[in-house]
Amino acid sequence: MALRIGCGSGGAPDRVAPAEDLARDGALDYLCFESLAERTLAQGHVALREGRAGYSSKLEARLRAVLPHCVRNGTRVLTNMGGADPMGAGKATAWLAAELGLSLKIAVIEGDDVLSLIAPDTPLIETAGTVADFGRPPVAANAYIGHEAMVEALAGGADIVIAGRVSDSSLFLAPIARELKIAEDDWDMLARGALVGHLLECSTQVTGGYFADPGYKEVPGLDNLGYPLAEVAPDGSAVITKLASTGGCVTPMTVKEQLLYEVHDPAAYLTPDVSADFSTVRISAAGVDRVRVSDATGRPRPARLKTLVAFDGGFLAEGEISYAGPGALDRARLAAEIVRRRMIERNGYNGELRLDLIGAASLHATAGLRSESQDIRLRGALRSTDRKWADILLEEIESLWMGGPAGGGGFRGRITPSVITQSTFVNRADVRCTVKWMS
Amino acid sequence: MTRRVMLREIASARAGDKGDISNVSVWVYDPAHFDSVRRSLTAERVKAAYPELFGGAVTRYDLPDLHGLNFVMERGLEGGVNASLNVDAHGKSFSFLILALEVEID
Repeated sequence: MALRIGCGSGGAPDRVAPAEDLARDGALDYLCFESLAERTLAQGHVALREGRAGYSSKLEARLRAVLPHCVRNGTRVLTNMGGADPMGAGKATAWLAAELGLSLKIAVIEGDDVLSLIAPDTPLIETAGTVADFGRPPVAANAYIGHEAMVEALAGGADIVIAGRVSDSSLFLAPIARELKIAEDDWDMLARGALVGHLLECSTQVTGGYFADPGYKEVPGLDNLGYPLAEVAPDGSAVITKLASTGGCVTPMTVKEQLLYEVHDPAAYLTPDVSADFSTVRISAAGVDRVRVSDATGRPRPARLKTLVAFDGGFLAEGEISYAGPGALDRARLAAEIVRRRMIERNGYNGELRLDLIGAASLHATAGLRSESQDIRLRGALRSTDRKWADILLEEIESLWMGGPAGGGGFRGRITPSVITQSTFVNRADVRCTVKWMS
Repeated sequence: MTRRVMLREIASARAGDKGDISNVSVWVYDPAHFDSVRRSLTAERVKAAYPELFGGAVTRYDLPDLHGLNFVMERGLEGGVNASLNVDAHGKSFSFLILALEVEID
């Protein structure tokens, strides 16, 4: 009998209802919630320092929706929604379980927080310099940890496993490794489990999301897109599918596109658990919304663990105003020129300033592409550690309302605090992952 | 007889981001087109099409059994999510930069 593993979320903002559908109707053995992107975790650390919760703001909503079904159906839950504060998330989960009258064994995985291992001379990959060269103290550092501690928690009888920065695919590999009894050096089988995790971890991106292109790639029921589940066979091959009651589609093409999502060399996809070779993978249709994947192979896991070091990124300021009708592009260009001159010549700003003409040249402006439109939105953007420049940019764009070219309307502006992440590696032996139990 | 078509007519694509590295995988609908796309859509061709944007190294990885090509653009995201001032800091739309290119097919 195949092992059934569902995906309850593929990122922090993902919808709750499709997870509840899977928990209720998916006959799942395990339901895994992936919830961390490169910056989500660092933002959690900032929130924690400011006295807010450092774990996922959707933890309670998601668990409240699925736990009664999971208990009824014998489905166990794994998640990295613990973010910057797995123990805080564990406590919140224990309170929620008590409120729902559910008796659950809750495990918390700690050890991914490696800020204490980061020193001024720690090298950063992207800048080719050190942490000290960055000029600001790091606010957080988290290693991408693998599946082992989660397997230990499952072996200990956990109904819910809550972690922080475990690798996305490891969340799904953990139950596969436990149920299929995969040895820690069985690289081919670990790669097959990692492949299932990789295909499920972005939820709807394998069931028809991030895919539709009218006239070329049609997807039915996009307003009711379902989350995926995998039926994993004892040999590590799997069928990726979804509930028939949901919208979307699972086809060889949706699976192929997701196979290489955020992958560089397909023959060396590095995870904490295995260096997976996806170039050997076979993908074939196995019925309506059913796609079989098999034959991933693997090589020994990397010696060191990738670690994200987060720094205060200052403020991102974005202001927009629109021009429409005859001559819209000329008026928007004139408005952009006014903003540029005022920021640089009159206000003395000397950082990077981006001015987009949305409708003519924005997302693909740097690629040199232009299009014709009579409906143009000027967008000015800058990033600064000095809040003053963020405020000034918005003032300059807002003042175009009265002092800019004719017919400017619809000003909107916002300032977003930002976090910058850089990568480094830490020695695996220096990262000690532990399983703690909520009493 | 060869003819020129926009890649979008014969292939699908998806963009992903990691730091300042963009990757776009390209998948032909009809396996019969794979060899000609492979010939026509080289890494050099992609880099040359958008030199301002793709200023770093462009590498292509081939998956002949699945009829796919993976283009990896180093320093291809204007600094990446952390630093880019592009509306689309992840480069999610970059798949359509590749799909907009013309290729020669047999």
